[in-house]
Amino acid sequence: MPVETWLIFVISFMILGSIVALELKDILSSIIAIGIVGLGVSVSFLFLQAPDLAIVQFLFEIFALIILVRAFIKKDYHQEEPSRVNKILVGVTIITLIAVFLLSVNIFKSLPAFGKPLMETSEYYLANGAKDTGSANLVTSIILDYRAYDTLGEVTVLFTAILGALTILRIKSRSKDSVEEQL
Amino acid sequence: MTVYLLCFILLLVGLYGIITKRDLIKIILSLGIMGYAANLMLILFGYKSGAIYPILEKGVTPEIMVDHLPQALVLTSIVIELGITAMLVALAVRLFEKYKTFDITKIRRLLG
Repeated sequence: MPVETWLIFVISFMILGSIVALELKDILSSIIAIGIVGLGVSVSFLFLQAPDLAIVQFLFEIFALIILVRAFIKKDYHQEEPSRVNKILVGVTIITLIAVFLLSVNIFKSLPAFGKPLMETSEYYLANGAKDTGSANLVTSIILDYRAYDTLGEVTVLFTAILGALTILRIKSRSKDSVEEQL
Repeated sequence: MTVYLLCFILLLVGLYGIITKRDLIKIILSLGIMGYAANLMLILFGYKSGAIYPILEKGVTPEIMVDHLPQALVLTSIVIELGITAMLVALAVRLFEKYKTFDITKIRRLLG
């Protein structure tokens, strides 16, 4: 089978998994269903000839599942009955999103067809990457040589996010009792 | 073309979740779905039919490789997404400790 057929199959499966994840009542099943989407992305990366990305996506998915399950597994969880306003919001949202989808079809037609990318900058990197950087893996040559400052920024963002998460989790709430009284 | 449209549908499903769900956990999961769709779309734009992965071996010339510039940039994006997810989860846990609910219509007093 050609790559495109496989991709259509995998992405349809991912759409199904994401809808199931959003509509399930049980939160643990919902988090596991998100795992379908993430691992589907990993499989798609393999079909699209990006092995580095497939490995990173796989690890990301496992870590995200661990974080989500660890954080939410013990919480009491009460799903509210949907009110009338919520149903109107859902209807309007679905109609708007379908309209956006139909309008966007023309934009996707104007893009280069699948399988024929515009490789302008990449042609230089492909031709000279091994000579300039000495790396056999050309993805690594971009990350760690041509765009090393980008990677430095990424590490800074990751560090800041982890620092922020730790800070948020460690703060004692000052007015915990007063808020509970007001509720 | 069909693949692009399916990937765009995945992005819209995530957007639908962010707009309509009232549950903080579901909103975090929807953000994750949108991130997956955006990453996948960028890699789809860089695929060349019949090409192979961009790693130099014996007998492989750079002409038959896929576009590897989006691959390098998406690698950055995936890692940042993990940091964002961790921070959102931390915020949601703090909000739950304070208000004992994940329902955003009940979290009204967003004081420090």
